[in-house]
Amino acid sequence: MNNQMTHQIELLKTDLSQLLPIKDRFSAYKFSTSKVGDDVLEFPKEDIVPVLRYFRESGRFDVLMDLCGVDYPERAKRFEVVYHLFSTKTMQRLRIKCQVGEGESIDTATSVWDSANWFEREAFDMFGIKFAGHPNLRRLLVHEEFVGHPLRKDYDADHQQHCSVALPVHFDPTHSHLLPSAKGHNLVPLNIGPSHPSTHGTLRVMAELDGETIARANVELGFLHRCFEKMAETHPYNQVIPYTDRLNYCSAPMNNVGYCKAVERLLGVEIPQKAQAMRIILAELSRIIDHFVCLGANAVDLGALTAFFQLFTYREQVYNLFEKLCGARLTVSLTRIGGMAQDAPPGWFDDVLATCKNIRQGISDVEGLLSQNKIWIQRTQGVGAISAEKAIAWGYTGPLLRAAGVAHDLRKAQPYYMYDQLDFDIPVGTSGDCYDRYLVRVEEMKQSLKIIEQVCKNVPSGDYTIRDKGIVLPEKKDVYGNIEGLMNHFMLVIKGLRPPAGEVYDATEAANGELGFYLVSDGSGRPYRLRVRPPCFAIYQSFPEQVTGGLLSDVISILGSMNLIAGELDR
Amino acid sequence: MPHDNSPSVTGHNSMPLAQPGQAPSDAQLVDSSKSFAFTTRLDDVIAWGRKNSMWPMPYGTACCGIELMSVMGPKYDLARFGAEVVRFSPRQADMLIVAGTITEKMAPVLVHIYEQMLDPKYVISMGACASSGGFYRAYHVLQGIDKVIPVDVFVPGCPPTPEAVLDGVMTLQRMIAEHHPRPWAKNWKRPAWMKQLGTGAPV
Repeated sequence: MNNQMTHQIELLKTDLSQLLPIKDRFSAYKFSTSKVGDDVLEFPKEDIVPVLRYFRESGRFDVLMDLCGVDYPERAKRFEVVYHLFSTKTMQRLRIKCQVGEGESIDTATSVWDSANWFEREAFDMFGIKFAGHPNLRRLLVHEEFVGHPLRKDYDADHQQHCSVALPVHFDPTHSHLLPSAKGHNLVPLNIGPSHPSTHGTLRVMAELDGETIARANVELGFLHRCFEKMAETHPYNQVIPYTDRLNYCSAPMNNVGYCKAVERLLGVEIPQKAQAMRIILAELSRIIDHFVCLGANAVDLGALTAFFQLFTYREQVYNLFEKLCGARLTVSLTRIGGMAQDAPPGWFDDVLATCKNIRQGISDVEGLLSQNKIWIQRTQGVGAISAEKAIAWGYTGPLLRAAGVAHDLRKAQPYYMYDQLDFDIPVGTSGDCYDRYLVRVEEMKQSLKIIEQVCKNVPSGDYTIRDKGIVLPEKKDVYGNIEGLMNHFMLVIKGLRPPAGEVYDATEAANGELGFYLVSDGSGRPYRLRVRPPCFAIYQSFPEQVTGGLLSDVISILGSMNLIAGELDR
Repeated sequence: MPHDNSPSVTGHNSMPLAQPGQAPSDAQLVDSSKSFAFTTRLDDVIAWGRKNSMWPMPYGTACCGIELMSVMGPKYDLARFGAEVVRFSPRQADMLIVAGTITEKMAPVLVHIYEQMLDPKYVISMGACASSGGFYRAYHVLQGIDKVIPVDVFVPGCPPTPEAVLDGVMTLQRMIAEHHPRPWAKNWKRPAWMKQLGTGAPV
């Protein structure tokens, strides 16, 4: 850790020192900037609510981007609750850490941000951290019969516990305010999912109906909780990459890029230009195919099957590009820490350009099918509208936030790789309804095509990966061809890639919004903790509120337009 | 008694159409075509119908579900195998395709869906996760759906290519056509730890 602090954290120090309720305890506050440049603030857990409230009310940070726990069994106070705040105005970030001992509790942040609700439930579920005053501190991801808290270091990763029965229809005391007009009426309970065509197999929506109107709604998640974070802790850094593929499996390469970028930032390495170019192409291609699935499925759910078939034709063409690159179609695991797994085959970039041309045609076909389609408009316009302020408060990012009129995109706000040299626009909507979300996605696909074409026409020359012997495996010809290569390979496999001890939070703009990775390294060959900040988790949290008071059929439109990918929602 | 399975064509009253070494006359042909029959065993006709009209119930939970979309999609087109009538209601389907990871939380739902399907019913386990838990040797992942429901065909891959899924469907078709014995389905019982749906404690 160096002692250099950024301007932001100096400012915060001055500000907080004047905050009345914490003045006498101010000496316990620790302000620092980590080696990789993250601002970190540590203080006693008693002050968490006043400090968060101050940050929110002063407008310094308007988004609670993430909240998670970390377990350090050897410490006197075992758990650390980590908050990641973000400002959509200044684009600055802050990490807040509070220590909580076993059996102790920390005040809930739900009084400041409603969006803290699920994040705190998850921390309770995974670690058993208690949040005092939380309105509904129940398990969120693992099933209700589960004993213990799986992300604690003393819980075995492969200790399964069976679940005997699914829960009956139930409602949260917080999320599901009964619609005032429905009071005293006879309400019909309705269960949708998890096995239901429009819940994409893994989401469960429970509602109480007053006629056709949703009087109360609740959701249950965790049906695809595949223990990503625990698996990451038990695998070497490079072996985590295939698991990241399966977070948002509709746009797998994008997760590879996000994860590798976080590890590379902790390692302090810069990947070569060519690798950056390939990652941008992959990321934008996957953004396009992700939107394909979202729009296609959204349309199918509303009864328009043609768009789905049309879009899947072009999705297959992108799969062909992936296959040419690595042999896999969907879960490609193409990146490695330090660059790419291998170089693109000859002519691949030209193939990409040719495919882009086809996709452009495909997008305009689908626009022709949907944009002016009366039924489509009636089913989506004015449905699920959300204001910009509310969207920010819920922690919306990505197309849904932009549809609500906030021109926030990490590719512009905090440009990484070569995005600052590329010419593209950020489409925004006005009302945040399902139709705007559709329009934003369509336009985003066109902008992505523009990006891909720019990169493909100017592919930088050079290597596709760095050649640091401590990070990247040697090429196969060296492993089999000379003793240095063989030894290098052996050492790296046995000892593993070891980033320095430290932590990093790094985010990329994924198809659904901000995909963040919070990585804690203890200097060993495996991540000590890898937390994913999944974009649709925050979005889905607002779902019960969004559908209450609306029609039952709108539930399907809204669910489809949110593009909930259970892989990243439940992890 | 040995029995020839292959359908055979015979004329009216089992009369030979023509004398050996002699072509039938036109009048004979016209007459006999009115009474052409197709003999086979009833079981085989039913199996033939069954294997060519399987209605899938796609239980897509994860990445494999996306590949299953490709299987249904325009390029691979499962309809060519008579299995395009996708039903999300288990009561209308006879081929359960479990595509994706089944977690411990999901297992009771899967069993419930399987129980709701009417006989004869077949199960295809698509992908590594459904077949064995895959690379999720993890606290919340069921280590293979065959722990809770009987499986007819396992399709390997993570996710399997659409070709592999089509091969799985064709394997199942072959099993049906050949009357392959299915003791796993016949002797299936709901796992001891699982309760009837709707008996869970209120939250």
